[in-house]
Amino acid sequence: MTDIVIKDVDFGYNEDHIVLHDINLEIHEPGLYCIIGPNGVGKSTMVKCVSKIITPLKGQVLLDGEDVAQMHHKDVAKKVGFVPAFSQDAFSMSVINTILVGRYNHQKWGSRKKDLEMVYKTMKLLHIENLGMRNYNALSAGQHQKVSIARGLVQEPEVLILDEPTANLDVKYQVYVMEMLRAIAIERGMIIMTICHDLNITSKYAHQVIMLARPGKIHAVGTPEDVLTVDNIREVYGINCRVFNDEDTNKPYIVLGSAIMGMAEDY
Amino acid sequence: MSENLIEQDKVLSEDVIKSVREWNSDQSHDTGFEETVKNFNTNLMWKMVFIVVCLVIIVAVTSIAITVGAVDIEFLEVYSIIWDHICGNVTSSYDYIVFDMRLPRVIAGIIGGAGLAICGVIMQSVLKNPLADPYTTGVSSGASFGATVAMTIGLAGFLGSNGTVILAFVFSLVPTMVIATMSRFSNASPTTVIMAGIGIMYIFNAFTTVLMLWADSSSLNLIFYWQTGSLALIDGWTSIPVMFIVVAIGLVISLLISGKLNVLATGDDSAKALGIDADKMRLFTLLLTGIVSAAVVSFTGLIGFVGLVTPHIVRMFIGADNRYLVPACALFGAALMLVADVVGRVIIYPSALPVGVVMSFLGGPIFLWMVLRRSGSAW
Repeated sequence: MTDIVIKDVDFGYNEDHIVLHDINLEIHEPGLYCIIGPNGVGKSTMVKCVSKIITPLKGQVLLDGEDVAQMHHKDVAKKVGFVPAFSQDAFSMSVINTILVGRYNHQKWGSRKKDLEMVYKTMKLLHIENLGMRNYNALSAGQHQKVSIARGLVQEPEVLILDEPTANLDVKYQVYVMEMLRAIAIERGMIIMTICHDLNITSKYAHQVIMLARPGKIHAVGTPEDVLTVDNIREVYGINCRVFNDEDTNKPYIVLGSAIMGMAEDY
Repeated sequence: MSENLIEQDKVLSEDVIKSVREWNSDQSHDTGFEETVKNFNTNLMWKMVFIVVCLVIIVAVTSIAITVGAVDIEFLEVYSIIWDHICGNVTSSYDYIVFDMRLPRVIAGIIGGAGLAICGVIMQSVLKNPLADPYTTGVSSGASFGATVAMTIGLAGFLGSNGTVILAFVFSLVPTMVIATMSRFSNASPTTVIMAGIGIMYIFNAFTTVLMLWADSSSLNLIFYWQTGSLALIDGWTSIPVMFIVVAIGLVISLLISGKLNVLATGDDSAKALGIDADKMRLFTLLLTGIVSAAVVSFTGLIGFVGLVTPHIVRMFIGADNRYLVPACALFGAALMLVADVVGRVIIYPSALPVGVVMSFLGGPIFLWMVLRRSGSAW
């Protein structure tokens, strides 16, 4: 299993607009890690630093002790997979070929039977095996999302990062995908990091929650019970809530109240 | 994690555990998989069939193209002349026309069509833009300026009879170099590349216009003919080696990177996460297509539409997988160029229309038809 250490990371798209401030985080255990926080707080930016899509202005991201900035993109890709929040291919291929792109680091010029097997198994896991020969751009937003998740899974990385994987899914599949990700993290002993906006889904499925607050800082890290508290939610999101204990799962269950104007607003 | 952990997890349902275990196991064969493999292989076969059909068309059109021209030579006599030439037994007075005029023209058409088509498919893929073609990045405007300089200022005199070709080639590379340099200070996103290309195109066009304002009427005629694009500009066999070597190397490299183009087509973030430095890859392909298209247009003049339309037509038949699209486009582009040249030579016989004009007449309606066909859906 790959260790992730984020050390003193600052990131900004220019010097006047720093998105992440002094981020420090260590992940040494497999499991499902949910990253939560308000819009524009730097959740996607943080995970993009881990997968070398962007490079921090300051600090280091270490994968198994190796600085990501010094690693080749291909070596990072062998360890870390990334599923973007939205993907619309300009000239789309069939679903099966779109997912096969995720096997880029496993296959040579052509696709082998082993690659097709992995793709088929993953399509079946996400219940899209009947869409194989359909054109990717002809799918619905939810189906797009499942194909993108499948593309990330067939990459078979040691760490899988998903940017809002349930954003376009219906309620059933929001639950199914999160449950599936938790099960995969346990079964494969891998780290899965996902950005999530639904606090109750986060509470139910996350092994650990990473809560980011403005201006781009880590506010709290820990189990859902530790992080999803009335105070943290009010301070980070600017919203009143009540937190109960769900007797079935023994996890916090959040009932949202009113928004507090003038607190934790975007700027 | 151990087997017990997943069993003990209260959050997970039995169904999900079963599905994930099945996914994680080596056993996957069921009737659904066999069906998927069958469909996948059928799809692959169609791509191969398309490629073979393109090859057949090229052979068929080539065999006709060398028998067509301003001088009326019998169909079979043409082949007899070629056979005699190969055997070293040149007797016919038409040998020069067939062997040194028609044959190089046909071969230049095949090489040029293939070169411009692979440039088009690569540019559209890496810039994620259906309007991208070898000229989007300013190659045509640079080449046009170089040719105009040669024909008006007379610099060609210093460079011998190939002055126009040399200057067109050198200046057609300038826009690519400028974009590559600019991207070091900014980035090489698709938008940056296209907008920089358009900016450079306007600058070059302005200089070309200024030169044309000073040009005499004979130079203007030459410039106009060159800008229309014609395979008649091919100077016998002397044009072929450079075109062939550059396009052949370009095609081989394109085939080698075609898998990477598929990855890049999924978006820069996905591509980086799959191990490809998207900006560097885009710059590399920009240089590659710049050199290949420069090598073609500097000999043939500006032939539009092959690079733009060919990838769209081929995608309709075989889809957007660049591993098959690149070779198929090379062959289809070659076939399209040959057909356009033959049509141009027979339609107002014994006179001829330049291939660039025929290509625009053919390409324009095809392009409009495709726009109508695609309306309402994502491109």
